[in-house]
Amino acid sequence: MAEVINDIKRSENLVYAKTKVLTDNVMHYCPGCSHGVVHKVLAEVIDEMGIQEVTLGVAPVGCAVLIYNYIDIDWQEAAHGRAPALATAMKRLRPDRYVFTYQGDGDLAAIGTAETIHACNRGENIVIIFINNGIYGMTGGQMAPTTLEGMKTATCPYGREPSHDGNPLKITELLAQLPGTAYVTRQSVHTAAAVRKTKKAIRKAFEKQKENKGTSVVEIVSTCNSGWKLTPVEANKWMEENMFPFYPLGDMKDE
Amino acid sequence: MAKMIGSIEVDTEKCKGCSLCVVACPTDVIALSDKVNGKGYNYAYMSNPEACTGCTNCALVCPDSCITVYRQKVEVV
Repeated sequence: MAEVINDIKRSENLVYAKTKVLTDNVMHYCPGCSHGVVHKVLAEVIDEMGIQEVTLGVAPVGCAVLIYNYIDIDWQEAAHGRAPALATAMKRLRPDRYVFTYQGDGDLAAIGTAETIHACNRGENIVIIFINNGIYGMTGGQMAPTTLEGMKTATCPYGREPSHDGNPLKITELLAQLPGTAYVTRQSVHTAAAVRKTKKAIRKAFEKQKENKGTSVVEIVSTCNSGWKLTPVEANKWMEENMFPFYPLGDMKDE
Repeated sequence: MAKMIGSIEVDTEKCKGCSLCVVACPTDVIALSDKVNGKGYNYAYMSNPEACTGCTNCALVCPDSCITVYRQKVEVV
């Protein structure tokens, strides 16, 4: 049996390998971080659509700030939260290019709320990929606008108290209300089935951009196992039990 | 009857031992090794290679894209 198993490792039996759009650099993310899965899915969509040469990405500030080291396309680095504003300029100057932003919750829902809402309201023809893990991962696990009620972070060690810290922000629901958005969805990458669905959602978002439909927002509910102080497997379980009831998965708008 | 047999190859130097592939595997093929790689992580390996069906679930959930999957159809009697 061992010989058979070694024997099937031939190129004609290959069913899954790392896409060439991802570089060979080792990602700096913590073990089990959702960013790695989302980078991979995004790179696979770019590869399958054959748009590597005509895609422009806007990197955020946050853990994914070094995304340009991992996905082999052209990138711009935006000031904190200003990715949708920069993407607006890029898409208007080069309408023949596919333009997307990749942002975390601190970038998109805190410092960049104005840019995000106005870019969506203008219906800029861009794709926004939004990673929501309910915490500021890069700076050491502080409270984010998306932190759940009662969730403990470095800056709310007794749990988020809405009377003092405000309520968690469902920014994706808010963006779905705006007339400029064409496709708004919330996905996750905690299981293989969820990864396949996320890939379909990202592909659909890029196809909406091809058809000049307006802004597409793909939120991906993610884990931050270092910030949440859990193992990667426990973090996925915690996300299913706590994040999904408040941030339900599924399409919010598809026009 | 035809049966699918699969096999995976793990890039052990890139693996960070997060064990997401271990729980994603429906046939319990993967485990973390006792050995460590250059960065000190216990990397994933096929502890039960006979059970692999080449479903690619492990490769899909791997955050560091370090799993390559092969699959072949074989006739069994």
